[in-house]
Amino acid sequence: MEFHRHDVVIVGAGLAGLFAGLYTSREFDTAVVSKVYPIRSHSGAAQGGCAASLGNMMEDRWEWHMYDTVRGSDYLGDQDAQEIVCREAPLVIYECEHLGVPFSRTPEGKISQRPFGGHFSDFGKGPQKRACHAADRTGHVQLHTLYETCVKQDVRFYSEFFTLQLIFAENGACRGIVAWDLRRGGMHVFHAKAVLLATGGYARAWKVTSNSHANTGDGLSLVLRSGLPLEDMEFVQFHPTGLYPSGILVTEGARGEGGYLLNDKAERFMERYAPQKMELAPRDVVSRSIQTEIDEGRGIGGKNFVHLDVRHLGEAKIMEALPQIHELALKFTGVDCLKEPIPILPTAHYSMGGIPTNTQTQVLKNSAGDIVEGLFAAGECACVSTHGANRLGTNSTLECCVFGRRAGISMLKYLREDPCLPDLPQDAADQSIERVEGLLESKGSESAAQIREILQSTMTEKMGIFRREETMKECLAKIKELQERYKKIGLQDRGRVFNTELMEAIELGSMLDFVEPIVVGAIARKESRGAHFRKDYPKRDDQNWLKHTLAWKEGDSIRLDFKPVVITRFQPEERKY
Amino acid sequence: MIRTFRIFRFDPEKDQEPSYREYQVECPKGSTVLDALNEIKWRQDGTLSYRRSCRHGICGSCAMTINGKNNLACESQVETLKGVIWVEPLRSFPIIKDLIVDMEPFYERLKAVKPYFIAGTPPTDKERLQSPEQRKLLDGSYECILCGCCTSSCPSYWADKDFLGPAALLKAYRFVFDSRDEGTQERLVILDNKHGLWRCHTIFNCAEACPKGLNPTWAIGKLKQKVIREKF
Repeated sequence: MEFHRHDVVIVGAGLAGLFAGLYTSREFDTAVVSKVYPIRSHSGAAQGGCAASLGNMMEDRWEWHMYDTVRGSDYLGDQDAQEIVCREAPLVIYECEHLGVPFSRTPEGKISQRPFGGHFSDFGKGPQKRACHAADRTGHVQLHTLYETCVKQDVRFYSEFFTLQLIFAENGACRGIVAWDLRRGGMHVFHAKAVLLATGGYARAWKVTSNSHANTGDGLSLVLRSGLPLEDMEFVQFHPTGLYPSGILVTEGARGEGGYLLNDKAERFMERYAPQKMELAPRDVVSRSIQTEIDEGRGIGGKNFVHLDVRHLGEAKIMEALPQIHELALKFTGVDCLKEPIPILPTAHYSMGGIPTNTQTQVLKNSAGDIVEGLFAAGECACVSTHGANRLGTNSTLECCVFGRRAGISMLKYLREDPCLPDLPQDAADQSIERVEGLLESKGSESAAQIREILQSTMTEKMGIFRREETMKECLAKIKELQERYKKIGLQDRGRVFNTELMEAIELGSMLDFVEPIVVGAIARKESRGAHFRKDYPKRDDQNWLKHTLAWKEGDSIRLDFKPVVITRFQPEERKY
Repeated sequence: MIRTFRIFRFDPEKDQEPSYREYQVECPKGSTVLDALNEIKWRQDGTLSYRRSCRHGICGSCAMTINGKNNLACESQVETLKGVIWVEPLRSFPIIKDLIVDMEPFYERLKAVKPYFIAGTPPTDKERLQSPEQRKLLDGSYECILCGCCTSSCPSYWADKDFLGPAALLKAYRFVFDSRDEGTQERLVILDNKHGLWRCHTIFNCAEACPKGLNPTWAIGKLKQKVIREKF
């Protein structure tokens, strides 16, 4: 066992984690622990853009951005957090530019902006050009630039270290983490004054997903197993345009630039569902429309996909604004989008829920807003809640930047006030050692790969875009069964050096943890709101359900509690597009 | 269709020498080499080790040597590969286990070129201006995903392990030709030596290997011109 001591330990090296590290490393010794190399983080896959009301192409105001975000969230977002995101958006975009992000430019040399779904001018009127972008590689350039700047500032990276456990002092404060060194094998204890969880998204629990293999929600599992709650887990966003059949993402920028959605009869079917906004309606609306076309037999050739057509944009426009889409469609479906429409289907994409935090990114332990000292969370693994029941495109990289930055500032403040580091508990790593050794020595007959496959198919079939009580209960029963089977898994690889089978088994354990609150929360929420759509309760119910769900794992079951939504500027109204 | 994969295997905890093991894999139309590796790991042999993450060519984790060429496993369509499919680790990188190589030396070379934005002039509270023409100079360099395919395929790197290599030099280009960057002088000192720019013999293997279609040799040529112009 090895011990390390740092002022700050950040788990996860995507946009949120690196933005935070950028700030803390200016004054304090900062370590970033990540199970992949930092630039492999899934933030790099973000394509279309990062929203900010710069007004570079047309007039824009942060209040308009906030209105779109509030309405997009189906009024479940906390408006204090939404105001912060929209107000601070221009600031973080300029900061990214100052760090060197190579944004695309306007003829005047300013940062280029383009339209995206759900973004409008003047409180919901016309389309708005708000997405700052670098062609369709926005996440890639932001991630690489932040990594480069962290290298410049001597942030200490522990790459390919898998975090297994949070360490708490007797007073309940978080004082570090335990991680397994994937490359060399062996347990490491990281003793720290402040810990940030920035472990990203977790849509790998679904079979059809835009997420990378690494997006298995390990950070959420750390929190659940520490006896802390998760918030609003039932809200999972399906991106309308995943490549058929894998679910690999085709950016909303493709529709932003003018792409059409067509069914088997070559109809622009969005006319039926969102006549005003058409393909640029918010994601939940477009995903449901596509799924309805498929369910009613109007998928292409009766199959479960429709077409995204960009041919009319012309070669020059496609190659300038959507080069990666051209490449992805060609490499993964064999379709040249200059000549043919792209086959697409909705894909599990983004998770609005996560680790509850306040706007200072401090992790909350109950509905009263009490914080866990020393523990912070930011980015997709956190729920602050910016996105409420449905996230607008380009607000995700934005959230990571804004709240990653705020996490950095928040930790700076905390460390300046309380610079002492209490002793670690003697048995800090015992639980993790037992877990890893148990997996390595297990003689069980169950296969982690097989259990994962069943879990992913079950989630795609029963926890998809449209939900019903009966199928969700079947889903929960299946999860319970898989949790039992998981106790009996056995590995073929018993080595310690780069045991990726061990890693996948631990990841499966994370997924089996956090899917339960998703299903339990969804069964409890008897309404339809944003991405959570129930065929048996198709209406939004503000009277009973304008509230956040908190879920704890207690023994073998999930306990729920609720807390009110913060409403400041905009009162709930019906969403029409 | 069932295809044969001959895969490089080495477990440092068990093996003195590496060996090759064959696997038969059912590969439906559209399968990539990564799909096949997953199929083997998940259904046939859990000990097979390789890196992977995004599975759509943006994270760079699954770079390896496939039928003698460096590529991303996730982007290599099985259909386009003939005969028995040989899968080996990246060349000239130290091997950790099976297809997993040590990327540290690669990152060390990257760090050597000061791979970050350098600007002493304090920015305003808005963006710095950069014309579309100035921005266009970065096309073909900023897209690099640091997978290592280029460096692994570079004969100059095989011969000289102190050579910075195409990926690090392409990154240097990305900053040297950024109109906003002010670090050119400090970087040129690092680039202008026998393990830097001048070790590149314009072989173009890197350009052939790059899964993103980038051309580090061309960028190195531009940097060489820049050095010569600055000197004389």
